[in-house]
Amino acid sequence: MLIRRADDLRSSDTTPESLYLNRRDFLAAAGLLGAGLVAGFAPRDAGAMQEPQAVGKPFGLQPDDKPTPWKDVTGYNNFYEFGTGKEDPAEYAKGFVPRPWTVQVDGLVAKSGQYQLEDFLKPSAVEDRIYRHRCVEAWSMVIPWRGIPLADVLKRAQPSSQAKFVEFTTLYDPKRMPGQRSGVLPWPYVEGLRLDEAMHPLTLLATGVYGRDLPNQNGAPLRLVVPWKYGFKGIKSIVRIRLVDKQPRNTWNEANPQEYGFYSNVNPEVDHPRWSQAKERRIGEFLRRPTLMFNGYKDQVASLYAGMDLRKNF
Amino acid sequence: MDGSTFRTRLRAVREPRGFTPLLAVAACVPAVVAVAAMGSDILRDTRFFGSNPIKHGEHFLGDWTLRFLLLTLAVTPVRQLTGWNWLAKHRRTLGLFAFAYVMLHWLTYALLDVQLDWGDLTKDLAKRPYIMIGMAGLVCMMPLALTSTKGMIRRLGGARWNRLHRLAYVVPVLGTIHFWMSVKKDVTEPLLYALGFAVLFAWRLARRSRRAAAAPA
Ligand code: HEM
Repeated sequence: MLIRRADDLRSSDTTPESLYLNRRDFLAAAGLLGAGLVAGFAPRDAGAMQEPQAVGKPFGLQPDDKPTPWKDVTGYNNFYEFGTGKEDPAEYAKGFVPRPWTVQVDGLVAKSGQYQLEDFLKPSAVEDRIYRHRCVEAWSMVIPWRGIPLADVLKRAQPSSQAKFVEFTTLYDPKRMPGQRSGVLPWPYVEGLRLDEAMHPLTLLATGVYGRDLPNQNGAPLRLVVPWKYGFKGIKSIVRIRLVDKQPRNTWNEANPQEYGFYSNVNPEVDHPRWSQAKERRIGEFLRRPTLMFNGYKDQVASLYAGMDLRKNF
Repeated sequence: MDGSTFRTRLRAVREPRGFTPLLAVAACVPAVVAVAAMGSDILRDTRFFGSNPIKHGEHFLGDWTLRFLLLTLAVTPVRQLTGWNWLAKHRRTLGLFAFAYVMLHWLTYALLDVQLDWGDLTKDLAKRPYIMIGMAGLVCMMPLALTSTKGMIRRLGGARWNRLHRLAYVVPVLGTIHFWMSVKKDVTEPLLYALGFAVLFAWRLARRSRRAAAAPA
């Protein structure tokens, strides 16, 4: 099946889209008219009825955590393959067609193979799960993901006893991913997890948000979600999953090793060199919130890092 | 039309009527947009400035600070190229607007972004080079703004005032470095500003050396 997001939106989301266009026009008008802008227009939850409903089982949510609106989840993204601005991916990924899609599973496994996405997903039960999401840039969201546990996929591939890490690779196709024509990052994007992190029941291979197929800007058709790590660990548009014996490279660490580590666990006590990580701004909220150790998943994951110096292994 | 008549005609262009108030109003537009959009987004849950209005506003005002610095430094070269000497008196206005924008940029940072968390404000200033450099830029602009009045020029005397106002060349350098250091990876924009300032500086250097060469020994 083809994902054609624009059409998709037009049929189901007529109201929000028109509000969005209104807002654009209005902003332009504001440039000319200046004052009188604060008079209200399209509040954030206007058209909430037409918005897809957040579905799924909450995991590790705090009492005041509410799902971030669809508009923000799908309109404010870091996905440098489609541009470096936050609104770029939604704009420049519009024409991306994530089908057909093959995923290669190889490396230190008994059963390697190349699979059509549908066949790759078929053996697993798809789940809807609501997770907290924390970006390294100190903003956060609450996102209703849809996907399958990565552990399912790995178990099926049967990692050998030498396998210690998992390496993930994004599609490299500068024709379809215009951001890859620039040298902002070394392409293709690669990421990695320790095998025990990859096998953790919270680690998800996401295929959707809000009960729908993943919009292109969110990493269609397959992306990683590791809710206790900074968002950039969640590699998008995955084409390869490889089991290896050494710690794999990861793109942001390669681009700037002082600022981005391999582990990248959410940790309010270890600052990024250019900003504090103690607090975060939840998209849609004014007051900053305190950032929680492991993004609120401490009980589930702290044992993975017992005895490790998290300041050194940032 | 040959070159010399073009130049003569260009030189003859006089200050359009109402230029002063028009400039002031135009220069206020980005500030009004920023305040209104952030205000509306925060209070009324709109998305004029996208999903993260405070960050967007902070960046928007930082960008306009640099743009006004560019405009300020462009006045003299443009005046010399066109012969529009009436531009000279607007340089101060543009410089003061650059200062107003950096203050709004800083206020957005301190009040809305960091929300007056003194620990973060002091830690940022002490530990984060890009904040230190931005602050140095702001601090350098203060004496310039304070001494921008006719009275202050008279009190300082032309020579001293000129020497002090050479800080106007330091500010854009600090501002551009600050911008450069603040971006995660894509340095295209700071690079463009750096090129812009480089051209404006080069113009001045070239003119100075030409004049020095022309001066009788
Ligand atoms: C001459 C003075 C300054 C200039 C020209 C300037 C300019 C800029 C520019 C152009 C940006 C980036 C905008 C973008 O990404 O589109 C920026 C970002 C920023 N500036 Fe400034 N700035 C100045 C002073 C300051 C001061 C005094 C502070 C606070 C103490 C400050 C704090 C920030 C912060 C927090 C950011 C955002 C960084 C981020 O989100 O990663 N700036 N500034």
